[in-house]
Amino acid sequence: MAKYVILIYEREADYAAASEETLRGVMAAHNRFAEQAPKLGATILGGEALTGTNTATTIRNDIVTDGPFAETKEALGGFYLIEAEDLDQALAVARLCPAQFGAVEVRPVMVFG
Amino acid sequence: MTGPGHLEPAASATAAAAAVADAHRREWAFVLAATARVTRDIDLAQECVQDAYVAALDAWARDGVPDKPGAWLTTAARRRALDALRRDTRLRSKLPLLVEPEAVPAPDGTEDGDVIPDDRLRLVFTCCHPALARPAQVALTLRLVCGLSTVEIAQAFLVPEATMAARVTRAKKKIATARIPYRVPQEHELPDRLDAVLTVVHLLFTTGHTAPGGTALVRPELVERALDLARMLARLMPDEPEVRGLLALLLLTDARRATRTGPDGRLLLLAEQDRTGWDAGAIAEGTALVVHALRTARPGRYALQAAIAALHASAPDYARTDWAAVLARYDDLYAVWPSPVVALNRTVALAEVAGPAAALAAVDDLAADGRLAGYRYLPATRADLLRRLGRTAEAARAYGEALALCDNQAERDFLAGRLAGLGRIR
Repeated sequence: MAKYVILIYEREADYAAASEETLRGVMAAHNRFAEQAPKLGATILGGEALTGTNTATTIRNDIVTDGPFAETKEALGGFYLIEAEDLDQALAVARLCPAQFGAVEVRPVMVFG
Repeated sequence: MTGPGHLEPAASATAAAAAVADAHRREWAFVLAATARVTRDIDLAQECVQDAYVAALDAWARDGVPDKPGAWLTTAARRRALDALRRDTRLRSKLPLLVEPEAVPAPDGTEDGDVIPDDRLRLVFTCCHPALARPAQVALTLRLVCGLSTVEIAQAFLVPEATMAARVTRAKKKIATARIPYRVPQEHELPDRLDAVLTVVHLLFTTGHTAPGGTALVRPELVERALDLARMLARLMPDEPEVRGLLALLLLTDARRATRTGPDGRLLLLAEQDRTGWDAGAIAEGTALVVHALRTARPGRYALQAAIAALHASAPDYARTDWAAVLARYDDLYAVWPSPVVALNRTVALAEVAGPAAALAAVDDLAADGRLAGYRYLPATRADLLRRLGRTAEAARAYGEALALCDNQAERDFLAGRLAGLGRIR
């Protein structure tokens, strides 16, 4: 088994413009995801949704600035940490991960030692 | 010393070298795949297999060529692998291992005797995994499945050796680090995954068939490798119609290789080619495969392209080609593969069935759609249709556009010749 992070990048503007109903749909989709992933043999070890990049603070060379690390249309908005057999299983899980306003990126977690 | 191994030293060294070269082409994938099962590390497996081939040069010159060169090489490579793993146990913990999810211990003794499990498909599917970019899939397939050196691959694709080396290294690193599994995909994933494999083999073939740059039209070594791979897949997956379709397509297309250029290296069109120079054996084999590949509910794109190639191959000459049948097959092909390139090729058949004006209208629609912007065969096709319609000035402009997009010298000469020919008509 190996750990992977599923990074969810989506257009924040689309979330800002989304109706209540759409947002409820997104929540429901994430709940469904949490139920489906284990059925593929993977385990969800953790995950969080992040508040918007307008709440982000960046520190570079000890200088604190208001705003995200990079200004992009699609921004990191949440992540899951999963454990899967191999990349194929991790991708099968990631395929189910809701990201209707963008895309997900799958990254293996580095193993030390 | 007696028996078949007894040869004059010089002659036996030559015979051994020839046998090793032959085994390199025929058995490399098998030997590497079987060795990777032991090492679970591609780099180590590759080193051990390379060493085994070097050892074979001496051993086969001394003792004669073994009855089963592949088995000899596999045993030698695996022994080296086990030695290496024993010598350096740290290696095992340091390097990420190939993932074998459904690793099942082999039934008693089968791994040791003459029967070594055939892992070539695992190797192919790993090299063509969708998590790798297409150029990496192509490079890895040539490196690991065909056993080509990085230098050879770099030369075939006209990229600097360092670029190709970096591409191969990066891909191998991703396989290990991201745990791309070393296995044949499951039934439900197979159509997509197989399509990627077939695309890689087809891309190798087309790159060799009409080299994207340089002076030679054909790079025979890539064509041969693609044919070897297609044959191997057809043997290993005999029930997949698209695998048969791809092999048929390659055979039928390559059957015309000798006649595609004139004695002066000039590109000859299908209409100009000497059909007596086509490879009848390849055509017969390809046609038989097409018949089989079409025997399915919904033939795929390779089977349908092969069917079109078979219609050309069976025509006594260009004029007597069954163009209506060709056009119908293009319609079928476009239905399963709505690519603008298919639509463009279809216009060539349309010109023969409905005349150049109808075909030109279809080409202009395609040009307006914009997806083929920068594709040299679009202005080239347009130019030819305009030429046939006597619209010389427009044809000249279109030939100029095609020339500007074309890097292959044989194709450039052809287009320049056509352009000069327009001048003579005027």
